[in-house]
Amino acid sequence: MLTEMAIFIFLALVVVASAMAMLLSRNAVYAALFLAMNFVTVALLYLILGAPFIALVQVTVYAGSIMVLFLFVIMMLGAERLPGGEPLRGQRVLAILLGCVLLVEMGLIFALRSGLLQIQMPAVVFSEPVDLGELLFTRYQLLFLVTSVILLAATVGAILLTRGDKVSLRDLLQRKE
Amino acid sequence: MNATLVIEWVVKSLVIILVLTGGFAYTTLYERKVLARMQVRRGPNRAGPLGILQPVADGIKLIFKEELTPHNADKFIFTVAPVITVVPALVITAVVPWGREISLFGRTFTLYLSNVNVAVLYILSVTSISVYGITLAGWSSNNKYATLGGVRATAQMISYELALGCAYIGPILIVGSMSLVDIVEAQAGVWFIFLQPVAFLVYFLASLAEVNRAPFDMPEAEQELTAGYHTEYSGMKFALFFMAEYIKMIAVAMIGVSLFLGGYLGPGIDRFPILGPVYLFIKVAVWLFVIIWVRATLPRIRYDRLMALGWKVMFPLALLSVMITALVLLFVES
Repeated sequence: MLTEMAIFIFLALVVVASAMAMLLSRNAVYAALFLAMNFVTVALLYLILGAPFIALVQVTVYAGSIMVLFLFVIMMLGAERLPGGEPLRGQRVLAILLGCVLLVEMGLIFALRSGLLQIQMPAVVFSEPVDLGELLFTRYQLLFLVTSVILLAATVGAILLTRGDKVSLRDLLQRKE
Repeated sequence: MNATLVIEWVVKSLVIILVLTGGFAYTTLYERKVLARMQVRRGPNRAGPLGILQPVADGIKLIFKEELTPHNADKFIFTVAPVITVVPALVITAVVPWGREISLFGRTFTLYLSNVNVAVLYILSVTSISVYGITLAGWSSNNKYATLGGVRATAQMISYELALGCAYIGPILIVGSMSLVDIVEAQAGVWFIFLQPVAFLVYFLASLAEVNRAPFDMPEAEQELTAGYHTEYSGMKFALFFMAEYIKMIAVAMIGVSLFLGGYLGPGIDRFPILGPVYLFIKVAVWLFVIIWVRATLPRIRYDRLMALGWKVMFPLALLSVMITALVLLFVES
């Protein structure tokens, strides 16, 4: 029990630290790497909770695909150096203030209603991919379908947008001549 | 969790890592020998009898080479990138079974490190992580050739991961389990290469692209990119990239053999379980021979053709194979 707690605390510290580092980093590549580290550590937290399937999906999808695409775009555009100044004046002060407000709110909720700390674990086993799949295709089928339609719409939208770009580029070239 | 179990795990992990690094050394010699024979040459034959000490000589040479770091390189990432490339290659075969149980010193051992029910997903996630090393190496070198090579490698590996992932689904659907032990045991009757020929073909081609082997070795195309993402690397750092490439080749062969060619199964395995690793070794050697054969025979294909092949041929083909497999299974069951 003690080792479990120690591992959890260590991982939680890494998660928070990498998230902070991602926000504070002035180099876009480092920021992306910190975010990837964050995703992998969160996956380890899932593993501790006894959900290896979700943990590995987290690594594959977020750290393995999405962050690689981020890195790819950063490198393609050569946009590693972020501008030093703030684009919106007073943004940082406002963000710190709002963050403090959120922290106080969360503290108040936990202080006033201590029952919330004893969160009931759902009576579903997450360790077996079969159980997870069954749940996904029976109880949450509607949500699953809605998500897939949204993703499909996004894909079609992305393709349409890039197609439009191509046409306008050709127009531009013809105008130049 | 008792102490003997922990010792067993440590020993097994050590064996896997040693076999893979040793396998890396001798795969280089194997490749050079096979290539030489195909080009009617003799290949390395000076160091030791038949040149079997050649990998040792290469290793010693690389250790004593000077390490260079480009002036404007991002030093931290430049140093870490080879490590990020090697570690996934070393851990990826942790879920591949080498055989059944054997009795030794009055105890029964299983010839695999772990039998998890998400083994195939583990393989996918580790492969997706290994892209980072190559991408970062290309970027941190502060060299246009290296950056282009890194960007190319990223695009190529992401594109072929899709087809690779779909190729895994066929065997998973038939067995109903993502554990590689279950998948291998289900092939006792007939190998999955006969039930899933399309998935096998897609797996073979996509895995070549995934480990950047000819004819898909665009990230290191010498004529255009000097050496691609590892242009600026020398000495041991270069050796690490080299090692990752060959270990990934072995890993891809081991996984492919387990998924489609019956893994450690073979005649007489029921009576002598110790034959398991032998069969696995033979099958992996044949697979590696085919990979080298392809390199010796086919020219490199152009980059846009490569991407078109990945997205417009392999991915739809893999999807179709998955759909047909699912439909057939549905009809057989009902």
